[in-house]
Amino acid sequence: MDKFTTTYSQLLTRWHTLTAHRFFWPVFILAGLLFSIAAARLEILDQYVQLILIYVGINIILTVSLNLINGYMGEFSVGHAGFMAIGAYIASILTVSVFPQASVNFLFPVAILTGGIGAALIGFLVAIPSFKTRGDYLAIVTLAFGMIVKSCLENIDAVGGPRGFLGMDKLTTLPWVFFWTVLSVWVIRNLVYSKFGRGVLSIREDEIAASLMSVNTRQVKIIAFVVSSFFAGIAGGLFAHALQFINPRMFDILKSTDILIMVYLGGIASIAGSILGAIIYTILLEILRPMGVWRMVLMPLMLVLLMIYRPRGIMGLREAKMFVPLRDLILVKILRQKKKEATDASA
Amino acid sequence: MIYIFQQLLNALQLGSIYALIALGYTMVYGILAMINFAHGDLFMIGAFFCFLIAVYLHLSFVPTLLLSMLGVACLGVLIERLAYKPLRNAPRVSAIITALGVGLFLENFTLALSPYPQHIPELITNTTWNFGSLSISSLQIIVIVLSLVLMLVLDFIVHRTKTGIAMRAISWDKTIVPLMGVPVNKIISLTFAIGTGLGGAAGVMYGLAYPVIDPYMGIMIGWKAFICAVVGGIGNVRGAMIGGFILATVEIMVAAFFPSTYRDFVAFSLLLVLLIVRPYGILGKPQPQKV
Repeated sequence: MDKFTTTYSQLLTRWHTLTAHRFFWPVFILAGLLFSIAAARLEILDQYVQLILIYVGINIILTVSLNLINGYMGEFSVGHAGFMAIGAYIASILTVSVFPQASVNFLFPVAILTGGIGAALIGFLVAIPSFKTRGDYLAIVTLAFGMIVKSCLENIDAVGGPRGFLGMDKLTTLPWVFFWTVLSVWVIRNLVYSKFGRGVLSIREDEIAASLMSVNTRQVKIIAFVVSSFFAGIAGGLFAHALQFINPRMFDILKSTDILIMVYLGGIASIAGSILGAIIYTILLEILRPMGVWRMVLMPLMLVLLMIYRPRGIMGLREAKMFVPLRDLILVKILRQKKKEATDASA
Repeated sequence: MIYIFQQLLNALQLGSIYALIALGYTMVYGILAMINFAHGDLFMIGAFFCFLIAVYLHLSFVPTLLLSMLGVACLGVLIERLAYKPLRNAPRVSAIITALGVGLFLENFTLALSPYPQHIPELITNTTWNFGSLSISSLQIIVIVLSLVLMLVLDFIVHRTKTGIAMRAISWDKTIVPLMGVPVNKIISLTFAIGTGLGGAAGVMYGLAYPVIDPYMGIMIGWKAFICAVVGGIGNVRGAMIGGFILATVEIMVAAFFPSTYRDFVAFSLLLVLLIVRPYGILGKPQPQKV
């Protein structure tokens, strides 16, 4: 056991030196991009593994973006699948009916982006009630919003109503998913560690104190909701073009619950946690697939046990060093040293 | 005009079921400040208990109802003891996620055992009386009267008995009240038993009124009942009843005069408007934050 811990800590130190290297992120992104292109073009990975990786990427986008609201801002949003639905439908309508069929491959990112922007506009609307209501009541507002979106889509016959919408080409490829995943993680990580991010955190800790400290809480809430729903819309667009078929029931409360579970499994207010949560949840569900319906019995049971023995999730309010900016690391180091000096002096 | 009365009667039936479920949400919230998202699924379990008892034990209506309520109440207490009690001092969100997990577990466990929708046999012979074009079935009357009786009993327990005083005291303050000799764990378990028992009764009545039951039926009805609880002001027992009848009336009236697919849309839009106008529900008291 002792040997195991020393090996673990050694490996951890090596990992930290590796991730702290100047070229780690560029090399990682380049390698990932090249690998995903190779996997898609040269068929290094078979279609099934590729599809799972695509779902993992989409789930990472969803989880990281929901973590901005539920984890960092401390609200409880239960309507994330609604934003996803808006992005999915806008992007699908664009690629199927609006864009000329010849250039659809080329215009795919535009469609995804438009879906994201559409979802962001709706996110702006949802942010407005959040000025006055908090906690459970805001949860109801987002819940109601998710159901309104679903019920609207079921009533619009032009997009197929409850039958769903199909005809999309399989445009979501591994490189695209990798690109959008990295982009969403990058944007949200930078937002969280910016001045704006401090505002978000202060709203979670104490909203009144935050506004006394001249944090513009309304503006911060609007930006957080808009960014979060933007990426949910992007994930929706990618999801629609990976599955090539969408219907309103896919984006109901169960989907939102799935995303919530991934967020809290990984741990709130942690980007590394969100990524881990999404990966573990998606892959575990695939591994357990031979169990049939019993896997859906086992998964919630594991979740409950995890919550009882580790209520904050896997990472819970902690962050992997690779996502923390250098200046924060130095700051923490100085603070710890000062604290140690103070305790030494008093002793 | 008769048509409206007919629809109002239907709304009363649906509303009493909603109100019974909403009571479970609101009681647990009042005492633990926790949303028991598994409650809608306990409602579903109630309907399945009713199915099992009616099919395999061949009991009549009253014992079926009582046994189902008892079964669901025991399950509710068990869930509280095993899953929620260890989390009483944990962050609130982990308790909520645990509740979601328990709900998913109940749904999928039932699904694994009974993959097909089941049909509840007719426990009470349903007679329909016609007054002109207004028709009233005995089932409707039983559902409405029974729910009202259960609600009155609950109201009596909460406002007139020693246990009720203890419940309200705990929801008022959780640190001082135990020092006064109130057995907190017992009262919380009792609250869970009563709340989930009412949910189970709602399940039985729903199963009788709309006899096809499936493992996922609790999700939508559970969330709607939760909305009723919020509309009435969460944590407020009388508010939950009012909320149930309001939501049911709106839903039935929308379905009566518009295409029924607009039902959810209008109901939820109305909820949004209401929450923006009265952010703390109809009977809820706004809690000003103090600095």
